[in-house]
Amino acid sequence: MDLNYSADELAFRDQVRAWIAANLPGDLREKMETFEHLSRDDLMRWHRILARQGWVAPAWPKEWGGTGWSVVERYLFEEELGYAGCPPLIPFGLAMCAPVLLRFGTEAQKKRFLPRIYNGDDFWCQGYSEPGSGSDLASLKTKAARQGEHYVVNGQKIWTTAAHYADWIFCLVRTDPTLEKKQEGISFLLIDMKSPGITVRPLILMDGGHDVNEVFFDDVKVPAENLVHEEGKGWTVAKYLLGYERMNTGRIGESKRELAKLKKFAAARLGDVGFRDRLSRLEVELTALEITNLRFLDRMRRSGQPPGADVSMLKIKGTEIQQTLTELMMQAADPAECGEIDPLARRYCNMRKTTIYAGSNEIQRNIIAKMTLGL
Amino acid sequence: MNFDYNEEQQLLADSVRRFVQKDYDFERRRKIVASEHGFSPEVWSVFADMGLLGLPFSTEHGGFGGGAVDLLSVMEAFGEALVVEPYLATVGLGARFVAKAGSAQQKKAILPAVAEGKLKMAFAHAEAGARYDLAQVRAQAKKAADGWRIEGEKRAVIGAPMADKLVVSARSGAGIALFLVDREAAGVSLRPYRTLDEMRAADVVLAGVRAEALEGGLELIEEATDFATALVCAEAVGAIQYANDATLEYLKTRKQFGVPIGAFQALQHRMVDMVISGEQARSMACLACSKADAASASERKRAISAAKIKIADACRHVSQESVQLHGGMGMTEELKVSHTFRRLTMIAQQFGDADHHLERFASL
Repeated sequence: MDLNYSADELAFRDQVRAWIAANLPGDLREKMETFEHLSRDDLMRWHRILARQGWVAPAWPKEWGGTGWSVVERYLFEEELGYAGCPPLIPFGLAMCAPVLLRFGTEAQKKRFLPRIYNGDDFWCQGYSEPGSGSDLASLKTKAARQGEHYVVNGQKIWTTAAHYADWIFCLVRTDPTLEKKQEGISFLLIDMKSPGITVRPLILMDGGHDVNEVFFDDVKVPAENLVHEEGKGWTVAKYLLGYERMNTGRIGESKRELAKLKKFAAARLGDVGFRDRLSRLEVELTALEITNLRFLDRMRRSGQPPGADVSMLKIKGTEIQQTLTELMMQAADPAECGEIDPLARRYCNMRKTTIYAGSNEIQRNIIAKMTLGL
Repeated sequence: MNFDYNEEQQLLADSVRRFVQKDYDFERRRKIVASEHGFSPEVWSVFADMGLLGLPFSTEHGGFGGGAVDLLSVMEAFGEALVVEPYLATVGLGARFVAKAGSAQQKKAILPAVAEGKLKMAFAHAEAGARYDLAQVRAQAKKAADGWRIEGEKRAVIGAPMADKLVVSARSGAGIALFLVDREAAGVSLRPYRTLDEMRAADVVLAGVRAEALEGGLELIEEATDFATALVCAEAVGAIQYANDATLEYLKTRKQFGVPIGAFQALQHRMVDMVISGEQARSMACLACSKADAASASERKRAISAAKIKIADACRHVSQESVQLHGGMGMTEELKVSHTFRRLTMIAQQFGDADHHLERFASL
């Protein structure tokens, strides 16, 4: 057992760190530093810089552009991106649609979509939640009726992050409403956002920001070739995807960076023992999360198996830490300085989403209870 | 970065686990606790045969040159079985002082005897009112013609009643210093008692007791206490694992309203949180044991305090929830869960509670 990185791993980290320092554009760094809104162009500019370097999709198979890095190297890379304050890589294409296509897609689908995802030619979003189907995702009602060589889609999606930027949306739709078991009769469709009949309506969150949308489908014609896996097998695809989604929500690099910022920012408040202890406890939580994450990665390395359901705890703890960071940051701000406290208070508001999205933390507990503990 | 045990560590982990599962079940432990001396000489000699008693000492003294990481699996297994023998007091503290700060002669006289199971030790340091402040020592050491004489009173010395030798801290001209005392020596008197977690301890009065000097002072006491803290962190992981396993089993078997109580979501989520606490505690015990032997004192202290903060919280959380989820049965002497509760309660405070370590963590 050795919790220190090997010389090779450290050399790899230094190489990544130096490359980021030399290639992250100053204006993007500045926007990240001040929590400023990132435009579609900002996000895709950074995506393309990484794509040119060959680093935008390390986890993909090498033939499609993956790097062949070890799990530890992949972790170090992600941590460095977060720690350096790089704009986020939007996961819907790279880390969600692509793994699904790699696992379930036809050769034609892979060739058509994967290179465009890799190069940042298409911006993707995810059509899962509906007004009546949040945690109970399998109850979804958006209908896709087969008519000749097309599906005709009618219904509504909600909480669709970045739909207002997106070129494509991958959707769970109900292709057979007659089946009794709600998990059956669901299919996974790829839909061009320029299709006639699609309307995107913004949902403004309490921090005033526009991240999420409602997406309406009104007799939208989708070519049948855009079906992924078999008709009625969408739930299998969705479950496969959720495992991927959870492994990626710890955001340890970002939290380390936020913590370093908070310590600097709150230096004057450290004489307050109550505040100081809350800060220390947070730092300890983050250390525990980091080592737990590494232990899970180490387990994957040794077993060669995909992550088990217990990785849900990384999502639970990671998001709790992200929220506490924004809470302490807001509390460290000068309440008499609107210019100082307002953006921090807005960020605090915004980060309440983390324990709700990607399967609420209560759903994550249900998953562990059922899958890991057998309750 | 890796979390593997090497081959020797894995063999050791397996054999210790086998032993406690087979020969240290709850009934056996109950008998040992109720016995006159509160430990089992047979178990102790098995520990010697397995090589556990010399683990951290050099090979020339009958040991294996192990560090905290080598002791991790041993302590974890002891935690799961709630072993009451004075392993930490003897191997983790007393004899380790000799290994670190004894003369060649002292090492030769003591360490092989400890490794063979012939000598037990304890560390007599804490005094009334010192709480977790390691620098608060009032006992006095005075130079005499044939060595040293110690005057003072030590509290809550775990393992003292069965120890053959005590390592004692006292003030000499040069500040806090360490000494070796025969427990049977004239002037040593013990007020023995049983602790909440069913170990044997004593308050120790030293009235002009003859002592031999060891090297080292406060810095070594800090280092040794950190090492011992890493070991109880590992022990906590085992005890938490037992509490979680027993509670999960109970949720699956206990029926109310016609269903296993584990069918209720209110309890499921609490069980999940206990498991998460257990995983985090395990991570922090790995950290503590990896850094207990670190060359840099500040790196070591930071890691140990971080680990102890998290583990003290986890001990409290899991022990309280395990009793609550067992309902009335969890309160009883009959179930091992209530004994695990007591050990976890003590570990949460041993060598400094979360508040103490938060203070130290922030000061580093």
